[in-house]
Formats: sequence, C-alpha cells, structure tokens
Amino acid sequence: MTKNSLVYVIPCSGIGKTLGTVGRKATYKLIEELRPQETRTTCLALLTVGDKAIVDKIRNVPCISIDGCPVRCAQKNIEASKGLLLKRFLVTDVLRKNRNLKPKGIIKLNPEGEKLAMLLAKEVAITVDNIIRDE
Amino acid sequence: MMAIVKNKVGIVSCSGEELPEGTVSRIATRLVLEKLRPDETVTICLPLFLAGGEDERSFTRVYPTITVDGCEKQCAKVGTSKYSGKPAATLLVTDILKKHPELELASRDELTPEETIVVDLMVEEIVKKVDEILYQQKRMGN
Repeated sequence: MTKNSLVYVIPCSGIGKTLGTVGRKATYKLIEELRPQETRTTCLALLTVGDKAIVDKIRNVPCISIDGCPVRCAQKNIEASKGLLLKRFLVTDVLRKNRNLKPKGIIKLNPEGEKLAMLLAKEVAITVDNIIRDE
Repeated sequence: MMAIVKNKVGIVSCSGEELPEGTVSRIATRLVLEKLRPDETVTICLPLFLAGGEDERSFTRVYPTITVDGCEKQCAKVGTSKYSGKPAATLLVTDILKKHPELELASRDELTPEETIVVDLMVEEIVKKVDEILYQQKRMGN
C-alpha cells in the first residue's frame, strides 16, 4: 500500500457529549472493521498541542474530520494545523436523516447510538473509497 | 479577574483516540464525572482549547484542574498549560501500568474485563486528587 492510498479519519474527542462518542465509535468501526487497510486515525489532542510528527503527516495525507457538535473541534484543529482536509462530517447531520434513532450514553452507547455510529461509518467509507479512487 | 468556583474541580482528559491508554483516560474521567463525584467535577473537551474562545481558555482560572493523560506525550497537561493555565495535578495512565506490569492494554474501543482494572485504578487516583484539592480549598476557606 502506498502512502497515497491512506486516509486519516480524525474524530473530535467528544468527552462531554453522546454525539462525540458516536463520532469516535464510527471512526473505530471504519478503521477496524470497514476499511482497516485504507484508513488510520490519530489523537486529535496531538494537533491541539502541535505535535510536529503528526502535523507534518496530516499535511500530506488526505484527512476526514468527524465532529459530534457544531463547534467542530476536529475540523478546526485540522485546519489550524494546515492539514489536507478533504471532507467534514457532522454527527448531527446523520442524526437528522435518522430521526427515529435516539442515541444515549457517553461511556457506553445504547444500541441506537451504535446503529447511528455504523450508519455514519458507512457514509465515511464511501467518501474514503472516492478519495482513494481519485488519488 | 475570574474567581475560582467553590467546591468544583476540573478534569481534562487527553482525547486519546489512537491508543488504548487514551481510552482508559477518557473512561476513567467520565466515571468520576458521572458516578463518583458528579457534583464536584466538571470537564471540557481538550481540543476546544484551540477551537474555542477565551471562555474555554479561562477553564483553569475558574476550576483547579486535574489533567489525565494516556501516554508520555501528555497532551492534556501540555495543552491545558499552553492554552489555559498550569494544572493543579497531573495523572498518567502509563504510571499505573509501570506500577502494575501484569496489566496490559490492547483495545482502544471496547475494553476487556482485565483492561477495566486499569480504569478502576485510574479512577481511584483521580478521586484521590479531587478530594485532596477540595480539602485544601476548604482549609484555605475558599
């Protein structure tokens, strides 16, 4: 696998909100189950503190942000690091399309939260495929 | 100048999405916030220090703050110090693993029962620090 066939998927830390946990869960489902060869993640906090190794990396590898809330910490931290941000996801957008789901829990998501995370992960997987195809 | 909020302690965890130690930090922090000291603790998402404004960055001036980090890079400690102020205390998951070499971490999503022992040990450390800070505040009449 070449460097160009990798995509970084970076969720917000989301420690304060259920939708942050949904974003993080979606990231794990993507990088561990759906697209383990094509995707990686990193700790968003490394961008917050300006860790040189990861900042250099995300400037050269396509990135996708996943944010739980409209404050968009993941997107803003990637942008502040001048990362190669190609697509931004917001959990509330997916929730709006799936109003029947009522995610709950931060330490552990309820089954509806898990379902929402998988729906989001599948959407992100399509974007990953498109990015790699267009590289 | 902002005043310290009485009887409240801030806890800032690293985001730690990439490493199992980060997951331990997050879960231990949430357990203290939700179950063990819900009335005495508050948190903020660490990346909000950069993404947010002056209100978010005043966090350590309002709440004496404990940082909880997964790995030696100590992003919570470094980020809190850089954007907000010096933490009142700092904790590190890898310090617990050094004291308990029999415990190992491998999962970054769902922790195994053995891995939750590390969470429990970290929770104990956080609660001890929260209580120490609150005791000191009480002694100083804050």
